[in-house]
Amino acid sequence: MTADKLQIALYWGAACGGCDVAVLDTDAFILDIAAAADIRMWPIAVDGKYADIEAMEDAELDLAIFNGAVRNSENEHIAKLLRAKSKVLVAFGSCAHLGGIPGLANLTTRDEILGTAYLHNPSLEKGSKTLPVPESGVNGSTLTIPAFYKRVYKLDDVVPVDYYLPGCPPAADQVKAVLQAVIAGELPPPGSVVGASDKALCEDCVRVKSEKRIKQFHRPWQIMIDPDACLLEQGVLCAGPVTRGGCGARCPSSGIPCRGCYGPLDGVVDQGAKLLSAVVSVIDSQDPAEIERIIDGLPDFTGFAYRFSMPSSLLQRSVRP
Amino acid sequence: MSRKICIDPITRLEGHGKIEIFLDDQGAVEDCFFQIPELRGFERFVVGRPIEELPRLVTRICGVCPASHHMASAKAVDGCFGGEVAPLAVKLRRMYYNAHYIHSHIAHFYALAAPDFVLGPDADPAIRNVLGVVAKVGLEIGGAVIASRSKAQEIQRIIGGRSTQDIWCIPGGVAKGLKPEELKEIRPMVADLLEFTQFSLQLFRDVVLANPTYLDLIANGPYTLDVHNMGLVDSNDAPDFYDGQVRVVDFEGKELHRYEAKDYAEYVAEHVEPWTYLKFPYLKQRGWKGFKEGIDTSIYCATPLARLNVAERMATPKAQEAFEEMFATIGGHPSRLLLAQHWARLVEMVQNAETLQLYCDDPEITGDAYRVIPQHVTGEGIGIVEAMRGTLTHHYTCDANAICTSANLIVGTTNNNAPIQMVTKKVAGTLIRPGVEPDQGILNMIEMAFRAFDPCYSCATHSLPGEMPLRVRVHRGGEVTHEFRRGC
Repeated sequence: MTADKLQIALYWGAACGGCDVAVLDTDAFILDIAAAADIRMWPIAVDGKYADIEAMEDAELDLAIFNGAVRNSENEHIAKLLRAKSKVLVAFGSCAHLGGIPGLANLTTRDEILGTAYLHNPSLEKGSKTLPVPESGVNGSTLTIPAFYKRVYKLDDVVPVDYYLPGCPPAADQVKAVLQAVIAGELPPPGSVVGASDKALCEDCVRVKSEKRIKQFHRPWQIMIDPDACLLEQGVLCAGPVTRGGCGARCPSSGIPCRGCYGPLDGVVDQGAKLLSAVVSVIDSQDPAEIERIIDGLPDFTGFAYRFSMPSSLLQRSVRP
Repeated sequence: MSRKICIDPITRLEGHGKIEIFLDDQGAVEDCFFQIPELRGFERFVVGRPIEELPRLVTRICGVCPASHHMASAKAVDGCFGGEVAPLAVKLRRMYYNAHYIHSHIAHFYALAAPDFVLGPDADPAIRNVLGVVAKVGLEIGGAVIASRSKAQEIQRIIGGRSTQDIWCIPGGVAKGLKPEELKEIRPMVADLLEFTQFSLQLFRDVVLANPTYLDLIANGPYTLDVHNMGLVDSNDAPDFYDGQVRVVDFEGKELHRYEAKDYAEYVAEHVEPWTYLKFPYLKQRGWKGFKEGIDTSIYCATPLARLNVAERMATPKAQEAFEEMFATIGGHPSRLLLAQHWARLVEMVQNAETLQLYCDDPEITGDAYRVIPQHVTGEGIGIVEAMRGTLTHHYTCDANAICTSANLIVGTTNNNAPIQMVTKKVAGTLIRPGVEPDQGILNMIEMAFRAFDPCYSCATHSLPGEMPLRVRVHRGGEVTHEFRRGC
């Protein structure tokens, strides 16, 4: 530990590692971070130190970056520990920010998840009825594994969060800019979304927009997508209008519609409801039967609307645990 | 009274891995359990989603090797629409995947494995990480490693729009083609990467092979298992990472199975234990026989070394040279020396770089016919690719409206769950001696057993380096009698 260096920690909860790759993707800047900061914990990169973190004074860390959702008790425990030991806690990436794609599990139940994985899949050992259990006896001793929660939470469901850095994963240049701001001591007001724009993704999208009037929705597999025109105007569902920009519009630039990973714009509580509002406003019909036919072109709207934000939606889940 | 050593937490396995070692009265290892407490439930929550969305959902299984899931998923989804894919799209997907392989293998070799060899298995844990490696080998080499991984990522971004959390594959092909100006941008990077693979092989010779201690550790250490090998091969029995037939070869070199992706469920089955969330695949036709080595075992490895073991040759010339050199040095083909995985990873990197070069030189690669529109929903698809960490299977079904009705995934590292259990126990049993308390060096030697597999339980372990923080507690009855810490 060096007195004049920033003290920082990075941690993952229920995550895929993509957020850590986003940090790695800042390339040689990693060496600058190491020069400016003592990385006290980063399980993927340096010695993880639960015990060291526990032994710290409260607020001893200048910055803790938490990626991943909260899926089990250990995620929650470490989130609380890092909150107590850090001056600034950042929810990094879609999962910590909104719940992320693992949050789609809130549309099903724990029993269904376990049943699928261990009882019903076609490659399971014939006749197997075994389920992993939190405690099992082996050799007269007990083996334990965590029981996961019935649903997925976002980070600020379990601890107060100072900043949100959105994206799945956050764009590397945005990560770099935010870390540079931290090193320079130039932080915005607490509660801010950082490393992103305050305008909709459409503002950054190079596709040509005209009037949006839609008679038919197409799924991406059904048509050859025009390389230049707005995807929504082509009848391809795109979450760009209700999604915060800042990612560089990577998906629509590659012919792929936005699914909303940077989350809602300021002032929007429920990103999915906003998408519903945006979609119905562009349907070009007054005839109820035709409207129904057009809407039928969007199966699983819930899965689109809350692709990254189910745990942060008003309903949070489809089934009350 | 027997004792228990608990290694917990093993944070580079997504923070939730744990090893429990049981000792008998004399202090010898009686049993050992490698537990994975992670489950996120992708197989269930993709059900009900439009099938074409799956390739961009399942990438979140692993943010370090998302392209593997993206490709296996894309192939399974293609199958749900009858399987027709634009031939150019197959080339582009392969090209993209070659770049992804290079990125991932660089990350593993330099950041995760290298600290053990460049700095030594018993080096000070405080420096036994990637920053320590950079300090030892110098900023010039460190910078070249960072730049090379970055180029491999950038090539994917140029071809497919993004490098992490891929979006590009859609039914019948890909969402964008490769423009001539993009190819021009890629070419010099590919040339650099090819050179970097040769540099890496030389580094391995200089640092590892020139050191008799390391060579002895690889050849004569406890890091061997008598289990079988699995991997994809092309029509010439060379490794194929994107497609081909699955070949299973026993540890003496005899072919046990050869099958098409669609038949996977006839050859592989999964065993469940109550003490871990991760299942144990095995060769179905032999049945589950427990964690046992030997010629009759049903356990197999699916790793870089396993892929080279099931292959008769490499697909490209420089890779072939590296393949021959490796097997000549480690005592013949196939090999059971698990630490040779690290070398095998470099050999694979060469083939990927050479293949990437071939695609760059393909006059058709910048064409426009990168997609066909599917005409029918046929309802079922199975996609197999070689993820960096093992054979990866995605099996989907969908309804007439192309909505997913089921998903079964057998993920790369899952194949190796049983071998990792077994080798961890073997290495612990060899190194933990009665009357001698295990020290930090021994703990790292235990880690090196599973690190050879580059385990990717949720894809955390392999991205960056060094030292897996371990806490070992020796229990006697209900009391902790000793506690060892290494990095935690």
